[in-house]
Amino acid sequence: MAFLDRTARSLLLSELVSGMWLTLSYMFKPKATLNYPYEKGPISPRFKGEHALRRYPNGEERCIACKLCEAVCPAQAITIEAEPRDDGSRRTSRYDIDMTKCIYCGLCEEACPVDAIVEGPNFEFSTETREELMYNKDKLLSNGDRWEPELARRLELDAPYR
Amino acid sequence: MHAFLAPYIEPYLGAYLTTLIVVGIQALLIVVPVLIFMAYLTYAERKVLGAMQRRVGPNVVGPFGLFQPFADAIKMLTKETVIPAGASKFLFILAPMLTFSLAVIGWAVIPVNDGWSIANINVGVLYLFAVSSLGVYGVIIAGWASNSKYAFLGALRSAAQMVSYEVSMGFIIVTVLLCVGSLNLNDVVLAQKHIWFCIPLFPLMVIYFISVLAETNRSPFDIPEGESEIVAGFFVEYSSMSFALFFLGEYTNMILMSGLTTILFLGGWLPPFGIEPFTWIPGPIWFIAKICFVLFFFLWTRATFPRYRYDQLMRLGWKVFLPFSLVYLVLVAGVLMVMGWLPHVV
Repeated sequence: MAFLDRTARSLLLSELVSGMWLTLSYMFKPKATLNYPYEKGPISPRFKGEHALRRYPNGEERCIACKLCEAVCPAQAITIEAEPRDDGSRRTSRYDIDMTKCIYCGLCEEACPVDAIVEGPNFEFSTETREELMYNKDKLLSNGDRWEPELARRLELDAPYR
Repeated sequence: MHAFLAPYIEPYLGAYLTTLIVVGIQALLIVVPVLIFMAYLTYAERKVLGAMQRRVGPNVVGPFGLFQPFADAIKMLTKETVIPAGASKFLFILAPMLTFSLAVIGWAVIPVNDGWSIANINVGVLYLFAVSSLGVYGVIIAGWASNSKYAFLGALRSAAQMVSYEVSMGFIIVTVLLCVGSLNLNDVVLAQKHIWFCIPLFPLMVIYFISVLAETNRSPFDIPEGESEIVAGFFVEYSSMSFALFFLGEYTNMILMSGLTTILFLGGWLPPFGIEPFTWIPGPIWFIAKICFVLFFFLWTRATFPRYRYDQLMRLGWKVFLPFSLVYLVLVAGVLMVMGWLPHVV
């Protein structure tokens, strides 16, 4: 009987037909595609994207040139030079991040005592040349100005877990 | 067509040139729609595969991605043709042309409507069978001329595969011809006026369709290409337009084989049941609709089944299909004899 059963099944192609029925039923299921450039997936507050240097609400830059981020960076992507400003406060004269070296580990923002360097939610910063990915202080500060509302919200949401 | 045009141009050009022009126009009338059909078959394939994998497929170029085939064509045309240093140049260039032209010349005998074929010859089935068998030369030449191990392996596989499946395909076609009593494709369709052959010969149609999949190197029998094993098989070394010609050839061949399946089993241009609302729709539309239906099965099987292993493919061809079609042939011949249903020789 088992032999008959097996022969009948293979002659009637029952497995092939059930497989094809499955693919046909999938054809009419809703699509899982995210229509990317027009719609985007949700991003966690801990998402580590493009870097930014933040400012205090009064416009003063936060970074105090402690160089902890430079020291902790495992990819050695950060270069900082510092000297006293005219008013005597210690500030960076140069703050470069080589985005082609960066591994987006987030240790720089962990190390920062004043929440100056942060990784924002932006992940669409591809460029046409390699040179454009060598970020300098101006670029990082302008990133901070551009993304500040979201950066602040991000830090606030993640604060309970720090 | 000839009767329609001849009175106007024959007095000026003579009989020979007139025939040449008429045939040329007929050829264009069939090749251009086939190529457009083929372009949209690639689009349909990506859409259907996408849908079956719960993706959307191409949807950016033009409305619903409808201009995608043209974007692909422009990309192919503007790329560089690379001829490998070790390749045999003449054969390397010849192979894609051969594949493509063989896929196209098969259309000469396909009747789109009653008598609407370029060459209504009495050995239409044999001609088609010969042309589709010749297709293997394009593949072998490409694999050999590329001077690459992957291409060579692909060509060997393809040769063995196409030859194995042609045998059982031949028996199936002979069975159909027994029921028709003619090798003329027009007569094959007309013989199905009362009942399409897909009903009495349903098992044969299934086997025929599976053999066609193997014959056109389509998934799940795409081992000559076998992306995951031998990169792209016989056309690894091809780029730009020579690659596109292989691609065109494969898809045109798919359409041709669907056309043949339609003619042999699905009643060609005949409307189903031959009753009122269906007969209002003209024959060519039925023919195209049936081709689309068969082509959907091509895409559907591709979305469903994984690739066959080489020895499984050989086992299926020689140890399952060949005996089965042989037995069915004898059975059909016996039934026709006993019941006195043999068609009268025309």
